[in-house]
Amino acid sequence: MNNKYLKEYGFILVFIIFGLVSYFYSFTFGVKASKTFLNMFIEMISFIPIVFILVGLLDAWIPKKKFEKYMGPESGLKGTLLSVIFSMFQAGPLYGAFPIVYILYKKGASVKNIFIFLGCFSSLKIPMLTIETGYLGLEFTLARTAITVPLFIAIGYLMDYYLKGKDFKITDPTEAQ
Amino acid sequence: MFPNIILLWIAGAIIVLISYYFDKEKTRQGVKKGVKIFKGLLSPFVNIMILASFILVVVPPEMIERYLGGESGFFGITLSAIIGSITLIPAFIVYPLASELLERGASYMVIATFITTLLMVGVVTYPLESKYFGKKVALVRNVLNFFAAILIGLLIGVIM
Repeated sequence: MNNKYLKEYGFILVFIIFGLVSYFYSFTFGVKASKTFLNMFIEMISFIPIVFILVGLLDAWIPKKKFEKYMGPESGLKGTLLSVIFSMFQAGPLYGAFPIVYILYKKGASVKNIFIFLGCFSSLKIPMLTIETGYLGLEFTLARTAITVPLFIAIGYLMDYYLKGKDFKITDPTEAQ
Repeated sequence: MFPNIILLWIAGAIIVLISYYFDKEKTRQGVKKGVKIFKGLLSPFVNIMILASFILVVVPPEMIERYLGGESGFFGITLSAIIGSITLIPAFIVYPLASELLERGASYMVIATFITTLLMVGVVTYPLESKYFGKKVALVRNVLNFFAAILIGLLIGVIM
């Protein structure tokens, strides 16, 4: 238990000690670095906790299972739209999306929607957008999103075109072993 | 930034209260989950910020502007796309660094490219991705997104 905490917060602890010593001995480099850090930390702690509390709430309220049904090959525009919306309520890094994509594939989601989901998963997640707005501004976030979504939908169509007639399968590596 | 933060907290508190009014159990679970996610992310978040503050003190703003600024052109955008592709860190953890870099002269074009490749291109996770999609499809997807990221960066550069 002790070891686990040391592993997780050891680096932070060393940095705090380094910062304090720097102040004590007026070590300019250390003072500058800790000031920069302190500014970033205050900025972070002032809005990130509430974002994640809202993310948790969202997760508790959104019935994810319902989305999966409507993303099949016959789903058309509605399916594409749902892929985009579904992706917004996810959390985690891109590699966390592969198992979800596998489940979608198993449930009959189309190739196009799978790749659209993947693209939007990584860049449209609501918690991420909130944090992006906080740090880089609303203008940047809106511009990036407005450019990214059509491009990622295009990539979905491209992948669909490229894989048409090819024997494309998504496999679950944990099952294969 | 400050009035926005107060608004965010007020809005957040109201949402939590409304949710609590409709379903106590769901709200409890949700808040608990949120706190759990935050706790899990706190130390990687802070670690990156420590590294970032060292980098920012060591690297002079002139250098940032020269290599990542609006005049860095092809070099800056390629460099950021490559760095974004090979690093494996959650994007929102790099937002503090991105915002500091912007303040010190990096261009929106470069930052947008970096963030998009970070999100969509994974050299480190390529072996894992291959296991799901097959080697060729995973490669095609990554290459497509690499160029899409550069295009996104260029377009952002035009807009902002």
